[in-house]
Amino acid sequence: MLTLPAFAWSRPQSVEDALAVLAAHPGECLIVAGGTDAVPNLKHRLHEPRRLVHLGGIGELRGIRAGDAGLEVGALVTLTELASHPHVREHFPGVVTAAAHVASPQIRNMGTVGGNLCLDTRCTYYNQTFFWREALGFCLKKDGTRCHVVPQGKRCVAAHSSDVAPVWIALGAEVEIASRDADGAVSRRSIPVEAFFVGDGVHNNVLAPGELVTRVLVPGAAYGLRTSYRKLRPRAAIDFPMLSVAVAVRGDAARIEELRVVVSALGAKPRTLGGLDAIVAGRAHDAALAEAVGAVAHKQCHPLSNVPYDTDWRHDMVPVFVKRALADALGVPA
Amino acid sequence: MDAAALVPCTMQVNGDARTCAITPATTLLEALRYTLGLTGSKQGCDKGDCGACTVLVDGVPTLSCLTLALACDGRAVTTVEGLADKGVPHPLQDAFDRTGGAQCGFCTPGMLMSAYALLQREAAPTRDEISHALSGNLCRCTGYTKILDAVELAAAELRERAK
Ligand SMILES: Cc1cc2nc3c(=O)[nH]c(=O)nc-3n(C[C@H](O)[C@H](O)[C@H](O)COP(=O)(O)OP(=O)(O)OC[C@H]3O[C@@H](n4cnc5c(N)ncnc54)[C@H](O)[C@@H]3O)c2cc1C
Ligand code: SF4
Ligand code: FES
Ligand code: FES
Repeated sequence: MLTLPAFAWSRPQSVEDALAVLAAHPGECLIVAGGTDAVPNLKHRLHEPRRLVHLGGIGELRGIRAGDAGLEVGALVTLTELASHPHVREHFPGVVTAAAHVASPQIRNMGTVGGNLCLDTRCTYYNQTFFWREALGFCLKKDGTRCHVVPQGKRCVAAHSSDVAPVWIALGAEVEIASRDADGAVSRRSIPVEAFFVGDGVHNNVLAPGELVTRVLVPGAAYGLRTSYRKLRPRAAIDFPMLSVAVAVRGDAARIEELRVVVSALGAKPRTLGGLDAIVAGRAHDAALAEAVGAVAHKQCHPLSNVPYDTDWRHDMVPVFVKRALADALGVPA
Repeated sequence: MDAAALVPCTMQVNGDARTCAITPATTLLEALRYTLGLTGSKQGCDKGDCGACTVLVDGVPTLSCLTLALACDGRAVTTVEGLADKGVPHPLQDAFDRTGGAQCGFCTPGMLMSAYALLQREAAPTRDEISHALSGNLCRCTGYTKILDAVELAAAELRERAK
C-alpha cells in the first residue's frame, strides 16, 4: 500500500484560471492531468507539492482538430483518443504506434498527450519508494548529492521515457506553452518539441514554474512524411521503453529525399541523429543504406545504466531498431 | 481546498449516488475500499503496474489506484460489485468460474472489469482482441489461457442471450 502525501487541491476550469492558481502559489504546485506519472511519483515522494492543480476541468485542452495549418492536439487528449483518431491514423501512423505502445489500455485511457510530453525522466535509482532511496543515500535528482549512474558526473542523466515525444520531434511538431506575466497578462508561445527538451535529467524541459502545455501542433509540412516507431521493452505491454526509435522519411523506398531519426530512452532528452541526409538523400533503400544509417545510430547513441537492462546489449540493439523502424516507415520488410 | 480538510465527493457508484468525505490525497481505490466499503477492487501494486484495481469511470477502464477520487466527483463509477444482477452472477463471472479463470482470485475483479468493457463495445472479439484488452491486467496464477477462454465463453453466452 502506497499512500499519497497531503496536498491542497485546485480544479481550475480554464487555462487563465489555472495560470492564476499557479501564480498565487509560486513553487508550491504540481500540475496533474491523467495522473499516471504524477500519482506514482507522489506516492514515492518524488514530488512533494503543497497543492495539486488538476487540469481535468479545462474543456479548451480537449480535442483534436485538423485544419489548413496542420494538426492540433489538445494537452488533455488521451493516448487512447490519439491512437484511435481516424485522421491521425491516416496521416501519422508513427504517432499511432507510439501512443498505442504506451503502458497498458487503462493507462492509455487515463494518460494525456500533455502529461506524456512532460513525463518526468526515469532511472533505476529514482523510481523507487522513499525507503529504498533512503537506504542508498538518495541521489542528486532528489534529496541527495551523488549520481549512481555516472558517479563522477555533475548532472543527472535519468532517461527521457515518453514514447510519443520522439515521433513529435521527427515530424517537426511544436508545443504551445501558456504563461502569465507579473501583471497577470496571459500569453502563448510555440516552440519546436525538439527545443522543449533539455539535457538535464532533474528537469528535462524548458517549462518554467507557473507555465502550462496547452497543445501540440503538427505543421502542414509534416503531411506526406512516412512515420514509424519501434520500442524495445522487456514485455509486450506495460513497460517503459529501454530504447525507442522514431523515423520520419520524405520520399519512398525507391528514392529517399529526407530522413529524420530520433532515438530515445537513453539520456535525459531524445537524440536526433545528425548527418543522415548526406548518406540517404536521393538514394534508394537497400541493405547497404540501412546498414550505413544503423552505423551512424550506433556511433551517436550511448545507453547508460539508468534503466535496469544491460547497457552493451541496448547499444547493440540501437542499429537493429533503427533499421527496423526505417523499413517500417518505407513499408519494406525489415 | 486545503490539505487536511475533509471534502464531500459524490459519485454514481454502480448506479447509486454515494457521497464520501475525503481529503484531496485520496485515491479512487481508497475511497471505494475504505470509505464506501467496496473491497472488490483490489489494491495490488498501488502504482499502475498490475490492473487489479481496474474500475470503469464513465464506462472507461481506469486504474483506481492512480485516480484521484476528487477527479471523479460527479462521474459514474462501476466496480466488480456492480456486475452481478440481484445476486445472479454476470455471464463473465460465471465463465471465469467454469473455465478455472480465477485461481487465487486477486486479479479477477480487474480482469472482469477490463473484459466487461471489451464486451460492451465488441460482442464477438477475437482472441487477440481479448488479450490486448486484458494486457494491462497481470495474473500470477492462471497462465492467462483460462482467462481468455472465460472471456470467449462469456461473449458466446451473451451473444446467445441477445438473440
Ligand atoms: C505502469 C506504467 C507504465 C507506463 N509506461 C509508459 C510508457 O511505456 N511510455 C510512456 O510514454 N509513458 C508511460 N507511462 C507514463 C504515462 O502513463 C504516460 O506518459 C502518460 O501519457 C502521462 O500523462 P498523464 O496525463 O497521466 O500525466 P500526469 O501524471 O498527469 O503528468 C505527468 C507530468 O507532466 C506534468 N503535466 C501534465 N500535463 C501538463 C500540462 N498540460 N502542462 C504542464 N505540465 C503538465 C505533470 O506536472 C507531471 O509532472 C507509464 C505509466 C505507468 C504507471
Ligand atoms: S541518473 Fe543519477 S542523479 Fe539522475 S536519477 Fe539516476 S542516479 Fe539519480
Ligand atoms: S493496484 Fe492499481 S495497477 Fe496495481
Ligand atoms: S488468479 Fe491469482 S493472480 Fe490471477
